[in-house]
Amino acid sequence: MEEILKVEGLSKTFTLSRKQQKIERTADRRKVAVDNLSFVAGKGEIFGLLGPNGAGKTTTLRMLSTLIKPDSGDAILDGYSVVSDPAMVRSKIGFLTSELKLEDFFTPNYLFDFFSELHGVEPEVCKERKQKMFERFGIDKFAEVKVANLSTGMKQKLSLVISLVHDPEVIIFDEPTNGLDVLTARTVTDYLQELRAEGKTIILSTHIFSLVERLCDRVGVIIDGRLVACGALDEVCDGMSIEDRFFNMYKEVKGGEE
Amino acid sequence: MKSNTWTIIKKEFARFFGDRQLLFTTVIMPGLLIYIIYSLMGNGIQKMVTEGAGEVVTMRVENMPTSLAPMFSTMDSSLVVVEQPVTDADIAMLEDKEINAVLVRFPERFEEALAGVQVADSGMLPNVEIYYNSTNNAASRVYMTVSTVLGNIGRTFTVNVPQDEGQRFDQATDESIGAMIWSKILPMLIIMMLFSGVMAIAPSAIAGEKERGTIATLLVTPMKRNELALGKIVSLSAIALLSGISSFVGIALSLPKMVGMGDSVDLGFHYTTSDYVALLLVILASVLIMASAVSLLSALAKDVKNAGTMVVPFMLVVMLAGLLPMFQNGASDSLVVYLIPFYNSIEVMTAVFSHELAWTPVIVTLVSDVVYTGIAVWGLTKMFNSEKIMFAR
Repeated sequence: MEEILKVEGLSKTFTLSRKQQKIERTADRRKVAVDNLSFVAGKGEIFGLLGPNGAGKTTTLRMLSTLIKPDSGDAILDGYSVVSDPAMVRSKIGFLTSELKLEDFFTPNYLFDFFSELHGVEPEVCKERKQKMFERFGIDKFAEVKVANLSTGMKQKLSLVISLVHDPEVIIFDEPTNGLDVLTARTVTDYLQELRAEGKTIILSTHIFSLVERLCDRVGVIIDGRLVACGALDEVCDGMSIEDRFFNMYKEVKGGEE
Repeated sequence: MKSNTWTIIKKEFARFFGDRQLLFTTVIMPGLLIYIIYSLMGNGIQKMVTEGAGEVVTMRVENMPTSLAPMFSTMDSSLVVVEQPVTDADIAMLEDKEINAVLVRFPERFEEALAGVQVADSGMLPNVEIYYNSTNNAASRVYMTVSTVLGNIGRTFTVNVPQDEGQRFDQATDESIGAMIWSKILPMLIIMMLFSGVMAIAPSAIAGEKERGTIATLLVTPMKRNELALGKIVSLSAIALLSGISSFVGIALSLPKMVGMGDSVDLGFHYTTSDYVALLLVILASVLIMASAVSLLSALAKDVKNAGTMVVPFMLVVMLAGLLPMFQNGASDSLVVYLIPFYNSIEVMTAVFSHELAWTPVIVTLVSDVVYTGIAVWGLTKMFNSEKIMFAR
């Protein structure tokens, strides 16, 4: 396996506001979101971070995409550190999460050109890539329609396309099918497989077992910010379904609590 | 300028100029509204002042003193003087606006009183009663004239009555009086207009991006945070400047009407090219500072509404600073004053409008404002880097 991402001892602790303390029903002002996480991802594979809500998946991906800084540890992506060289890391990755939104006022055409310019994509390459991707996702018919007037599914497809304007080597995808209708979800998962076939690396987070089984080459199971298992899918499953294996691990970590 | 900064500026311009509604409300409407409102106010005031000119008013005089009769009859061409007793019924008709008149009741033996003869046992001076209705402009005008004339009767001297044409007692020229008025009013107006331009767009451009979640999409691109910060501040300044120019044009076009002088009157607005250059430079510097300050506050805010709330106290301070020239005589001589952001611009504008332009304060203002803008870009860069500020919930 040719390694493209190496995560070493990544940790992140948040200070909770009083409001958050009430929501989380805790007296502790500090919350360990990610605790000493280490794993590697190989080139051309889909690596899945599987865990329940609040396990630390999104925080991990945000650290990998340089949106937030780790308290300790580091991740080396294609030779660049997320801590010391975040701009270079950002040029190598495409990051997509439902938290990232596109401005309603602009058209897909404008947004593709704008983000291509920010990523330093040559105009000719941008034009060619835009045509190809817009056709692939059926955006070409809506290229001059403002984002505000696009359907939810079309907006999500456009977000995916925009995150890939620079043809990144690594695609970081937080809950790729969350909130998507079945058709758009299928389009996205098919496309992730196409990207893998092209040799791209995909790091995704999910709590959907079927998605892991269908897409992932390797998986890391994350519970309460800690990586409790990591490896090839069949190694982690150990002859069981990923769902059963996950619940066994969850019970072990939580001491029978569900 | 770095290419990513330019990309951000282009995007902000595309957002602004592509939104016809925003363009209209931020650039076209302020100037247009100011022009319309000030013009209407000016026309209204002028109408009030000139209303009644040429209208014939009857002045009924009871006990007309013989010595004053010729003067009253030639006092005003639109005045018809009638010697007639003034009754309570007449006064009531004045209140009901049934007659358009001024009623003057002289006491009996007024002539003797004028000659210094004691005419009453009470020792009181004789009183002339003038009845009129002040809602009638023509009647008010006649009342003013008659009361002034009567007020001067009996005096043994006059004050400042010109002995020949062109004799002036106030040595201030029209130009310097105009300059004094402009220097007290215009700095505040300019600052307010520029600030309203910044307020119209800056909260949406930064806090709005946070609120909509679009800032994170920008932050995951390889663009450096300082490029984003500089791009935002420069584009917001340019747009705010347009808004400020619109307001300024509205004021400039409507001021002659506002002061009721018509279009051909000399308003003392005689400024040199140097004055205009200094004014333009200092306006640019002011806009940069305003855009920087509002951008910093907007970046701290959770959403546009929160940004608006945060900016209000700051706006009040700036407005207060804009009012200061009204209470001082010209611009300050101390260079330290020109290191204070916002106030330095107001002081330079005061100096320009007072015809007291000196370049050292202008340079100190420009340099300090550029330094403050640099600090703001640095601060905004830090904020864009801060996950606590950018992703606070």
